[in-house]
Amino acid sequence: MNDDIFQGYKGNALALLQKYTARVWAAVAIETTRGLFEGTILPRAENTDEEHIVLKIITGYNIGVEVNTVTEIRETGYKKANYQIPEKQFPVTEGLPYVKLFGTGGTIASRLDYRTGAVIPAFSPGELYGAVPELADICNLDTEKIFAVFSENMGPKQYLELAHAIVKEIRNGIDGIVIGHGTDTLQHTAAVLTYMVRNSPVPIILVGSQRSSDRPSSDAALNLMHAMFTAGTSDIAEVMVCMFGPTSDEYGLLHRGTRVRKMHSSYRSTFRTIGDTPVARVTRKSITPIKKDYNPRRKDTNVELYPFFSEKATMLYYYPGMKPDVMFAMIDAGYKGIIIVGTGLGHVNKELYPAIVRAKEEGVCVFMVVQTIWGYVHMFVYDTGRDMMAKGVVPLGNMLPETAYIKLGWVLGQTEDPIEIKKMMLTPICSDITDREPYNGYLVLQGGVPEVEEFIKKVHK
Amino acid sequence: MSQSFNPKLNYELTKEAIGYVSRKEATQADYDRIGFMSGLEVHQQLLTLRKLFCRCPAGKFNSHDDFDAEIVRHMRPTLSELGEYDGTALMEFKTRKNITYRIKNETACTYEIDDTPPFPIDPIALNIALEVSILNKMNVVGEVHITRKQYLDGSIPGGFQRTAIIGVGGKIQLQNKTINLIQLSIEEDSSREISDIGHERIYKTDRLGMPLIETVTHPEFLNPDEVKEGADYIRFLNRSTGKVRTGIGSTRADVNVSCRGGTRVEIKGVAHTQWMPELTHNECFRQWALVHIIKLLNEKAGDVSQWKLNSVTLDPEEMNFSCELLQLACKEKQGLIALCLPGFKGILSHFTQPKQMFADEIATRLKVIACLEKPNMIHSENLYPLLSAAETNKISELLSCKKDDAWILLWGPEADLPTAVETVDERCRMAFTCVPNETRKSLSDGGTTLFERVLPGADRMYPDTDSAPIPLKNDQIEEIRKQIPTDIFDRFQQLKAWGVPADTYTYILKKNLVPLLEILHDELNINPRFSGVFMGHTLKFIENNYTRSPAFEYRKIFDLFKFLKDQKLNLNIAEKMFLAYYRNPTLDFNDILSSLNFKVVSKKEITDKIPALKETFSRIKFSKKGNGSNQWIIGQIKEMALGNMSLSELNTEINREPLLIP
Repeated sequence: MNDDIFQGYKGNALALLQKYTARVWAAVAIETTRGLFEGTILPRAENTDEEHIVLKIITGYNIGVEVNTVTEIRETGYKKANYQIPEKQFPVTEGLPYVKLFGTGGTIASRLDYRTGAVIPAFSPGELYGAVPELADICNLDTEKIFAVFSENMGPKQYLELAHAIVKEIRNGIDGIVIGHGTDTLQHTAAVLTYMVRNSPVPIILVGSQRSSDRPSSDAALNLMHAMFTAGTSDIAEVMVCMFGPTSDEYGLLHRGTRVRKMHSSYRSTFRTIGDTPVARVTRKSITPIKKDYNPRRKDTNVELYPFFSEKATMLYYYPGMKPDVMFAMIDAGYKGIIIVGTGLGHVNKELYPAIVRAKEEGVCVFMVVQTIWGYVHMFVYDTGRDMMAKGVVPLGNMLPETAYIKLGWVLGQTEDPIEIKKMMLTPICSDITDREPYNGYLVLQGGVPEVEEFIKKVHK
Repeated sequence: MSQSFNPKLNYELTKEAIGYVSRKEATQADYDRIGFMSGLEVHQQLLTLRKLFCRCPAGKFNSHDDFDAEIVRHMRPTLSELGEYDGTALMEFKTRKNITYRIKNETACTYEIDDTPPFPIDPIALNIALEVSILNKMNVVGEVHITRKQYLDGSIPGGFQRTAIIGVGGKIQLQNKTINLIQLSIEEDSSREISDIGHERIYKTDRLGMPLIETVTHPEFLNPDEVKEGADYIRFLNRSTGKVRTGIGSTRADVNVSCRGGTRVEIKGVAHTQWMPELTHNECFRQWALVHIIKLLNEKAGDVSQWKLNSVTLDPEEMNFSCELLQLACKEKQGLIALCLPGFKGILSHFTQPKQMFADEIATRLKVIACLEKPNMIHSENLYPLLSAAETNKISELLSCKKDDAWILLWGPEADLPTAVETVDERCRMAFTCVPNETRKSLSDGGTTLFERVLPGADRMYPDTDSAPIPLKNDQIEEIRKQIPTDIFDRFQQLKAWGVPADTYTYILKKNLVPLLEILHDELNINPRFSGVFMGHTLKFIENNYTRSPAFEYRKIFDLFKFLKDQKLNLNIAEKMFLAYYRNPTLDFNDILSSLNFKVVSKKEITDKIPALKETFSRIKFSKKGNGSNQWIIGQIKEMALGNMSLSELNTEINREPLLIP
């Protein structure tokens, strides 16, 4: 295709390159009103302007040359870059567990994408071995790129596909599953797999990275090592998220898929277990359980699959002064279940009551979780709560909002009977609702307090 | 192995063989003979309130032990944009360091520790970089692309420095030649190293992220003095904007040096331009020595592809060496390995730099790459033998050394020994073929250097996917062009034309005082020759010997001279008043004068005293020579004259009447 040789260039920039037949990857000398620029023409990222040509100059830096200033372009050579992680055959080692890695996208291993200027995932046992050779000491690895989407584009279709693929592998006798996933919706996928893939005899570990693997200090390699080690050798056969404990390169934490949440937009140690402690702590050499009550690994392959998900579930984040029309719209649109994320102990204002009443009349189930993230819904404490329960709102204990939404989608995929829905939602699965909240289930330290500062100074964050 | 080999003699002979001369003795002919070539990368911190890519304050520093938290990171090599791994990256990965960052809340946020993406670039810093690019007569880019430059040594927690080119090309005019420039980039400063022992390296993050510019020249300096002249020029030029930081560590240069047949070696972070001549001189001769070694090895040791290092693992307890170092290693349960280097006799003790020989090249690599703390080896050519003759023979025997071979005994933690042996092997093989590309750091003697890292190449560059390109419009450039200061070359010419003595130029340009001389001249009609001497002598002396008040700024000197002009006082009192003013610029000038017991006296009152003094002098005079009188007389009435009349005028008055000599 003719366009390919001017990769990414549009408008004035494209016209200029065409005029001088200066291709992408050509070495050129560009005369401009600002002087001479020499280098290799690079592709242009998609969402940038049409007024500049990108050059890689001899010192390795990139610069942009403004189209309007160009008076001449001379092509002096051509060298196309071959951006590829060196691929090496992943070795098979007798005695090491077999782990299957599913790729869904995300930044576990990635390479540059000129189209967007961002990074895209790279993935194959060989590439991973090239990038993280230590993996070969941990397990025997097989990989499958099941889809390549950014985390935010994961949805019901992908959930089902992934659950089927995992169950198939487990039934074939794999020792552990790892799923590479973007971090933005990692918690949603972790929850959905908890509901769909039940009674697994082996660990199912979701892992991502907060810093793309194209940077030297990426958390990707260590997260991957922790995840592989857990999947291959851990006695904890549950769906868990494995990510950095502290932001330092020290250890990872294993979080239950229903109780985990991304709590910082960019920190490495962003995933936290909410309202409880993590299941275990993992280093490259050991897994130390924190909780005692986990499902242990088994020798059998008797996994159960519940591949259901309905798109009739939705969520409403309440704000003061909210009008009922928002909720009417949801009911009118045909949603069969609504998770309200209420204030404090689980409240909304009275103005919303007509909508709640109508929801009940039309068979739409309404559940309550809390914006505070930590703590239980307690709807008996104030009149408002009691009013709402009388109108049919069902409190979901200490279920996390995202988990509640995912569970509702999964339940609605199986039944639309309100009584059954309510029953299923309230039946705890893998700690999505817990009986009690331990005192250390809520720890948000406050900077500035002398004792906390002392602690932070001594213990790596 | 021959017992008669004398390493000391060999060191001296090889030094002679390569024609080493000290810098004092060296002439241009010596530098031409060895093909001296050097280029500069001058780093200059910019004077901004904030860091380059976050909103932390710039220019606040803390001591090593003053920190709020520690973060640990490890670095892994990643691919460059062109799909290649960089040599330095792979070397650093081999060393497997635990890198700890000490963080102070006041000066570091989540950006510094790479837990948050960058914020938009500081616009003030960008404009300063633009201004300096224009001053350097560079071609300013149309669009600034932030690039990541990998640093796996840990000096940047993310493993890369964000940097961007602002201008390419350009030139600077030295006294006798023009030096062409390659580029000017804006970048973030690195962390400061606290310590580096074994596998643990510690940094602090106060300086990290402060804005810097880097001016890179072509390798066109052909002798060590030119290098210094170029570095000074760039430093003066940066400072002429008045928008850069001054003081310790604010200007640091990486000096690239090569000799004929050598390679580019970078001496990192040279903080003083006066060190550059000695450093570049020695580095060039070091390479010249390595080129000589290539020749020797190819004659003696044959083809490198056939060359094989032979190693034997020794049991420290069984060997029971008498040497203290080895006894300690044995006590600490360290591993011990002996290596035979075929054909390396006379190479280990080959001269490389003053007080260093080829064996030091290996020892330093062992420290840096294999993390073996020095002293980490003993060898067959130590200038002062550490082993007995019997022990030496035993090692030779165990390794089956032949007459032309050398050996090395090295020790350290078992886990590090495979890397150590690999490191020795790699360095020895390189000795057959090339002068290795390295970055080196200068030792405190200010003249010699040590291996620091493998020199990184263009392969460590990667576009920063976290930031968008920044277009530079013509209007913005033209706006800045309007306000740029005068060219440094022109300033040199101007100082000359004013008749300012040459010994004051460095100080005046370093402190960016030419604009002040201009104002004093234009507004107060003060002769720049006078004010130049005032700056270059009086101000410099006081600055070097007294603590200045934080309220004192150079432009306050204008107020002092204006006061003297307004009061119609002679400016020669300024020198006397200046110290008090420098220490406390809020003082009233009249108060300073009264504290000096100054009184306004007419010229006549002063000159009236001359005859009587002459008379006294002729009485007390003890020297046979007649020329002491004026000095003595001036000495007697100088206090009275300062501020009231010029001393040269006073001298003329004294000369009016001849001295009566009895």
